[in-house]
Amino acid sequence: MKNITAERFTNGEPNLRRFHQARWDEPIIYELSKEGQRGILVPEVEDSIQEQVGDVLSTLPEGLKRKKPPALPEISQPRVLRHYLRLSQENLGAGLNIDIGQGTCTMKYNPKINKELAGSSKITDLHPLQADETVQGMLEIIYRFEGMLKEISGMDKFTFQPGAGSQAIYNNARIIRAYHEDNGESAQRDEIITTIFSHPSNAACAKVAGYKVITLYPDEDGYPDLDALKEAVSERTAGLMITNPEDTGIFNPKIEEFVDIVHDAGGLCFYDQANANGILGITRARDAGFDLCHFNLHKTFAAPHGCGGPGGGVAGVTDKLAKYLPIPTVEFDGNEYYLDYDRPDSIGKVRSFLGVAPVILKAYTWVMNLGADGLKQVSAIAVLNNNYLLKKMQEIKGVSAPYAEGKRRIEQVRYSWEKLYEDTGVHSEYIGLRAADFGLHYWTSHHPFVVPEPNTLEPTESYTKAELDEYLAVLRQISHEAYTDPEKVQTAPHNSTVHQAKHEPLDDPKQWAITWRAYLKKVQDK
Amino acid sequence: MTKKRSIVYPYIPNSAPLVKKEMLKAVDAKNIDELYEDIPASIRFTKKMDMPEPYLSEYALRRHVEGLLSKNKTCKEYINFLGAGCWQHYVPAVCDEINGRDEFLTAYAGEPYDDHGRFQVLFEYASLMAELLDMDVVNVPTYDWYQAAATSLRMASRITDRVEVLVSKTIDPHKLAMMREYCKPDIEIKLIDFNKANGQIDISNLKKLISQKTAAVYFENPTYLGLIESQGKEISAIAHANGAVCVVGVDPISLGVLTPPIGYGADIVCGDLQPLGVHMNYGGGQSGFIASRDEEKYVMEYPSRLFGITPTTVEGEYGFGDVAYERTSFAVREQGKEWVGTATALWAITAGVYLALMGPKGMVELGEGIMQRSHYAAEQLNQIKGVKAPYLESAFFKEFVVNFDETEMSISEINKKLIDHGIFGGKDLSKEFPDLGKSALYCVTEVHQKNDIDKLVTSIKEVLK
Repeated sequence: MKNITAERFTNGEPNLRRFHQARWDEPIIYELSKEGQRGILVPEVEDSIQEQVGDVLSTLPEGLKRKKPPALPEISQPRVLRHYLRLSQENLGAGLNIDIGQGTCTMKYNPKINKELAGSSKITDLHPLQADETVQGMLEIIYRFEGMLKEISGMDKFTFQPGAGSQAIYNNARIIRAYHEDNGESAQRDEIITTIFSHPSNAACAKVAGYKVITLYPDEDGYPDLDALKEAVSERTAGLMITNPEDTGIFNPKIEEFVDIVHDAGGLCFYDQANANGILGITRARDAGFDLCHFNLHKTFAAPHGCGGPGGGVAGVTDKLAKYLPIPTVEFDGNEYYLDYDRPDSIGKVRSFLGVAPVILKAYTWVMNLGADGLKQVSAIAVLNNNYLLKKMQEIKGVSAPYAEGKRRIEQVRYSWEKLYEDTGVHSEYIGLRAADFGLHYWTSHHPFVVPEPNTLEPTESYTKAELDEYLAVLRQISHEAYTDPEKVQTAPHNSTVHQAKHEPLDDPKQWAITWRAYLKKVQDK
Repeated sequence: MTKKRSIVYPYIPNSAPLVKKEMLKAVDAKNIDELYEDIPASIRFTKKMDMPEPYLSEYALRRHVEGLLSKNKTCKEYINFLGAGCWQHYVPAVCDEINGRDEFLTAYAGEPYDDHGRFQVLFEYASLMAELLDMDVVNVPTYDWYQAAATSLRMASRITDRVEVLVSKTIDPHKLAMMREYCKPDIEIKLIDFNKANGQIDISNLKKLISQKTAAVYFENPTYLGLIESQGKEISAIAHANGAVCVVGVDPISLGVLTPPIGYGADIVCGDLQPLGVHMNYGGGQSGFIASRDEEKYVMEYPSRLFGITPTTVEGEYGFGDVAYERTSFAVREQGKEWVGTATALWAITAGVYLALMGPKGMVELGEGIMQRSHYAAEQLNQIKGVKAPYLESAFFKEFVVNFDETEMSISEINKKLIDHGIFGGKDLSKEFPDLGKSALYCVTEVHQKNDIDKLVTSIKEVLK
């Protein structure tokens, strides 16, 4: 008999996966419609009710009764299910692929036990306005979790209300605004300072909150530029809003000086902890002097990303800012947990109700599984994996790790394929298209591309060494292809669900079609 | 003393000692600490974090969390009449099957090639909502209705280049507070009065407030107080005559039977997807949609991602991609329209599944059935001595105000006693809307059977005794 295991290797190295993405050629859902079919029946109303209330639709004011039923498709249940199952197969969740190619996103393992618990009727069937006495379990989970987040960050009080990271950032911009309003300095302090390697939402959310945004660029070595900060601060500074480590994976060694300079100028300092996965139990926002921080529960705390939410953003502040947190907060009187709405200095609401409860529950469960030692181990391995990748990546032709040469990185690295592009004409973006042929995600970076031909990799703690090696082998292969057969890379994907899409129609108001009905009007019927 | 043992964490593959050692060697490091060389000693946390002892085994972990959850009393164990922005509707099993798939649940922000499925289902979600709303553009949703409404106002302000908006006073006060702050410092919100007897917008007050500064008029249908605003056409005409945009917030589940807002002149429509196949999740199921006509000046003002269908290099193949990506903060940071980030895509996928299952007949039957039940409930409640339902004399959909002025008890006392009867009573409005006296907002949907409603009526009678 053949030794199948041996055939998976060549010269001791694993062979590349012969991947092909599902390609169902599944129609758009409207194309499945067949008149008269039903996907589900709705509960019938008892006869006696119908008899008593009569024709309720006739109570509707003139013109308010819908004349024609909505033109939704008519599809049987098994066909709806098959449609969505097939489309799901054309999607790569972190559960399926070696999802280290979406740097900054912290695509880690989302434990199934957490999902199962969050699917319990004991949480899915809670109404957010139920009396406190009926939601003691949920409130206790939030209260306990707050205690742990306080320890992880050093902060004094948290809100769980924001629906994801950006909303938590916005929440903190609002608190900065409220603080300066109270001090009568809001008119004067109208500037927020951030860095280009902090998430774009730091700039964008500050702008929505009414601030002028000053963006600092790094020094030659890729570190946040202390001199640039000194020049930027003034009596107009409301605050500093930055990520650390930045999206380059570089930790700002002068972070305390940054904070001191802004404090000395009268500003507040917000620590965007979207990149906290490598520093749990290692260094804390409070210890570096920050006034505010936030975590993404769907990144660092292992709640799934749901194709782009719902996520969870928790924001923490020091005592002096605690009074500004949104209403309500969760409190404990020694006997019962309760919601406190009586907070006169609060910024009010940033989101409806209390936050995304199932995401909070998943994150809480994750922390309770790991404890203090486990969290530190998460970070240790995330950093080890990243530095392993860093070392191996530099052995691949055409790629480099700009900045902080010879230094270690924390949990991710923003690489540059500039050399490969110069040598072969293949852009980083196309490496990503080709990576899809191997069942892998690959991401460049946020804009603007400060690092030329960027590629951000964040291995987290969730993948085996063999999986990291596999990802590296794919990049090595693509690099090789770029040098020997660039067209193969530039015409990718070849083994994916679809081929290269045409982008021009998406930027042309005459051609773009955001819904099927728009498509029929604009494109197909022409 | 318990014995110490080294732990290999199941979620952390390379924590196994031999692998860890091999990898440390590969990176020329003696220990993990060396990898943190850039973190100054002054801010290194050297203690052990003071955290509860973990439940290392999955079984113990489950027992712990289930123990906490068991303290909750749910809307399945109790009969629930709370609505007010989060509503109990039936969730078809297929919805949970699809949103529980790892392929969707654990995915994030892949490209249209590796994540074609995500792009197609979100395009389809928008396409299904588009028919429900009778509009051509629907966004990949934001956090919730609060955010959708607040962003709609900012969009209107940018479209009209004006800085004042008029908002109907019958709105959820928390939502209003959030919108006010969100609009600050660029836009000022002014409130339009309502008729205290029927809850309808006071048109004369609207006429008085509107001016050439008005960017938008915002109202909801059904309103927060459950009733149907019948003057939509007139309101939008007044808005348009003054060069303002008409923004309407809507409960999408009402649109099987109610005219979609574009039918009475809405330019931007927003609302919450939660009723469409998403569990209440203690308020975690909210998801805010925004829709409009397919006009460039509207489309270019969305902060959200908009997924468009486009040809590929292969004839007859559908591809997808971002429409007008350059508007977003992903592309141009603070120069973009507000911001875009992780929001609620999974709930949009779910709402798409829901609408595909329901079809046109399902939505019509459901809407009518809800109205029949809510009207039955109101009629029955109205027969209780001292209770008036509906308190506001207007047509209503699934929610209505119940007034207890003629009784001795406060709403909070009544609701507290109702819990003992296995019932979550309607939301207390006494503080939010003092004009309505001792009133509560009751919500009745297709989950309520006749005996549930009858039990509510008997229980209230007993409580009031």
